Amino acid sequence: MTAANPRLRRFVEPSALGGFWPALGFTLCYLSFFVLLPLAALALRPWELGASGVWRVLSAPRTVSALELSFGSAFIAACINIVFGTIAAWSLVRYEFPGKRILDALVDLPFALPTAVVGIALTAIYAPHGIMGELLTPFGIRAAYTPMGVIIALIFVGFPFVVRSIQPVLEDLDPEVEEAAATLGAARWRTLTHVVFPAITPAILTGFALAFARAVGEYGSVIFIAGNIPQISEIAPLLIVIRLDEFDYAGAAAIGMAMLSISFVLLFVLNALQAGILRRGAPH
Amino acid sequence: MSDPSRLERRSHAARDPGPMAAVFVVLTVGFMAVALILPLLAVFVEALSKGVGLYLNAISESDALSAVRLTLLVVVIAVPLNTVFGLTAAWAVTKFEFSGKQLLLTLIDLPLSISPVISGLMFVLLYGAHGWFGPELRAMGIQIIFDVSGIVIATTLVTLPFVARELIPLMQAQGKDEEYAAATLGASTWRTFWQVTLPNIRWALLYGVLLCTARAMGEFGAVSVVSARVRGETATMPLEVEILYNEYNATGAFAIASLLALFALVALIAKTVLENQFAGDLAAQRRH
Amino acid sequence: MALKIENISKTFDATPVLRDISLFTEDGEFLALLGPSGSGKTTLLRIIAGLEQPDAGAVRFRDKDLLAKPVRERRIGLVFQHYALFRHMTAAQNIAFGMNAKPRKLRPSRREIRDKVAELLSLVQLDGLGGRYPSQLSGGQRQRVALARALAIEPDLLLLDEPFGALDAKVRRELRRWLRDLHERTGLTTIFVTHDQEEALELADRVALLREGALEQMGTPEEVYHEPASAFVFDFLGDSVSFPCEIKGGVAVIAGAGVPIIGPHPNDGAATAYTRPNGFDVSPGDGPGLAARVRSVLLAGPDARVDCVLDGGGAIEMRLPLDVARKLAPRDRVTVTPRTVRVW
Repeated sequence: MTAANPRLRRFVEPSALGGFWPALGFTLCYLSFFVLLPLAALALRPWELGASGVWRVLSAPRTVSALELSFGSAFIAACINIVFGTIAAWSLVRYEFPGKRILDALVDLPFALPTAVVGIALTAIYAPHGIMGELLTPFGIRAAYTPMGVIIALIFVGFPFVVRSIQPVLEDLDPEVEEAAATLGAARWRTLTHVVFPAITPAILTGFALAFARAVGEYGSVIFIAGNIPQISEIAPLLIVIRLDEFDYAGAAAIGMAMLSISFVLLFVLNALQAGILRRGAPH
Repeated sequence: MSDPSRLERRSHAARDPGPMAAVFVVLTVGFMAVALILPLLAVFVEALSKGVGLYLNAISESDALSAVRLTLLVVVIAVPLNTVFGLTAAWAVTKFEFSGKQLLLTLIDLPLSISPVISGLMFVLLYGAHGWFGPELRAMGIQIIFDVSGIVIATTLVTLPFVARELIPLMQAQGKDEEYAAATLGASTWRTFWQVTLPNIRWALLYGVLLCTARAMGEFGAVSVVSARVRGETATMPLEVEILYNEYNATGAFAIASLLALFALVALIAKTVLENQFAGDLAAQRRH
Repeated sequence: MALKIENISKTFDATPVLRDISLFTEDGEFLALLGPSGSGKTTLLRIIAGLEQPDAGAVRFRDKDLLAKPVRERRIGLVFQHYALFRHMTAAQNIAFGMNAKPRKLRPSRREIRDKVAELLSLVQLDGLGGRYPSQLSGGQRQRVALARALAIEPDLLLLDEPFGALDAKVRRELRRWLRDLHERTGLTTIFVTHDQEEALELADRVALLREGALEQMGTPEEVYHEPASAFVFDFLGDSVSFPCEIKGGVAVIAGAGVPIIGPHPNDGAATAYTRPNGFDVSPGDGPGLAARVRSVLLAGPDARVDCVLDGGGAIEMRLPLDVARKLAPRDRVTVTPRTVRVW
């Protein structure tokens, strides 16, 4: 029945089911309108400024420090998250303790809670007279309206990515492998560092990449607590908003394009790193 | 917790050493209490800090109500759009073999790695006053940016992958045999989809719709770029929170925020319940 | 002639799966497609059902071109290897699905459908279980629901893909007998795919043997068993033992002993001879034939299993009558001669 056109046959395997062309057609139109066309605009519009203009925007100290802040704080937050995220995933999978089920469900809170809500809540807590602010002030630590506030917000939004990446891998880990290591005379620490940890390393990397990617572009939860002081606590997405408010479309697009390009390159490197680890024969 | 090994239900050989279990549990509970639960509680404490009366006033104000209405309107348009998209994309991807499938899958996931602000920005570049199509559309009397339609479009992009991402892995795991069986029994593709495919994925679909709805209600970055942020007209609930907060009306901001937080909690509960159903679907699949 | 398959070829990703296959079934026949995994038998079945398209060739049913018809108009009942039951429907709903899917004009009334479902449930011996979901049924029960579901559309042809593959040995033997009875009652032309030669030989009217996508031999179980067309068929249909021989004047000379050849044989020269493990004579001491030393004698069973190491290298595993084997002990020197051999 579909054997008609040999050229089409090569594109899609003939099937007993129908609806392929309408489904693919709709999917492609939808993606074109919502993803491809907008991305094309983002990729092309900066060049209205000419190459030197784009460079001027991107090398401006304010842009550079905004990008540094966004990527740097996202990196630090993701690092903190893989430590606590691994500990949390481990505890939730391996141990029984009261309130575990509720805690497990609450891991997803950052997915569910709107970022603006997170932003004002964190600000209330870490402001000098907030509950955490008052705890930190005696030590001379100011969290709100500083880069530290940015990191706190990014830890919040990235946490579930790490836990949810590691949890299923830990659950699937065959306890027999650990028991085998024990029967072979391995001390428990050695089993953990040589058997268990390598098995979850790819998942930790995945969690890191997801948390990092999310944090780089984060806006709502950050702008309230950051204080938004140019070149100190002003994140790149906010700078885009400011440029747009000034109707500097090309400048905004240039910063957006730079952010997206750097993100993709970093994610690509992380992916390659992970593929490398998997190829070395670490457990699936 | 005098005997930390009691926390574990494992054979002696695979047990963690010494106080590791106790330390890990304490760290987990402590971290999550400070980092996640404290902010959640702060929302409700701040919202009610000036008394219940003021709280009720704040959420029944006309601007607040119109923000709720606008948010619901956006959800009611964006979520069904992405649901239909998720179903069609999943049908094409999981029931057929064609070249370029991997590219399509990457494209579907792409919006997840785009900053919400950039998502909004891209539509401004297209449809804003100085956008590619902005002037032409304006000449035809159509305004997208600074209008409700812009909010809907930006929200749709940000929440685009949520339904598709839940359906595709499940439908891939379920395979095509049931649909093929329906075909050999004489059923049309349309009937097969409604009577065979859809019931098999209902929980995953509901789960995806839930995630999509939660994100659509709370979307802030993309929406704040494309919205004129006029209270009572183009302010969704998260935007209303920002506007009130910047006007130093913290109680009002937290009151609206508490509504969003309540919905988030409901979504979390529903998610946990659905996950159990969903796990049942997958397990049933493995048993067959 | 009910179904006629002509010169079917199919390639997946540059790997040929079916090579120029032609075969046919008579009306009411029970045909087995037998072959090891990867022989293309399931692909052939799926082509008949319409789930795969061949690259070349034709499939005709009662002289009508089947390939031109979409799957849902072929009226071919297919029982999937893993049944593919609709997991959210009860057994009864599964069986009724095909009748409900008919165009409104042809659709039986609700009452007729209900009666037909009850009739089919009783045919497959699942009376009273119509309300169960697939997950609440055992493997054998699911298999019968799948069969009833396929029969409900009153198919012209019934296809079964490894019908007993997912069942344990005991259920498998019961179902096998039952399926043969059912076929005799319905008289439906049936093709089933299996990799189990015992199943094929016991159930089928005729067996088609496939090897690497090509048809190796087709015939009644008796024909393929007693007149195997190739070493592959001989080996696939039962345990076999092979050793080098020299063909001279119509006789196979094995280590000095002349052994008669059954069936056609190639011209004089070196060849490989085949026989079954129970086709040997064993005598103590030396003589014409294969000199060997007994390695082990296993007497637990209806016949004995005797392993010998050949002096010329290699080993032979034989089945001998118990009384013969009792006279043997490990390390005995013996001479082994096949009574007859086949050579291709």
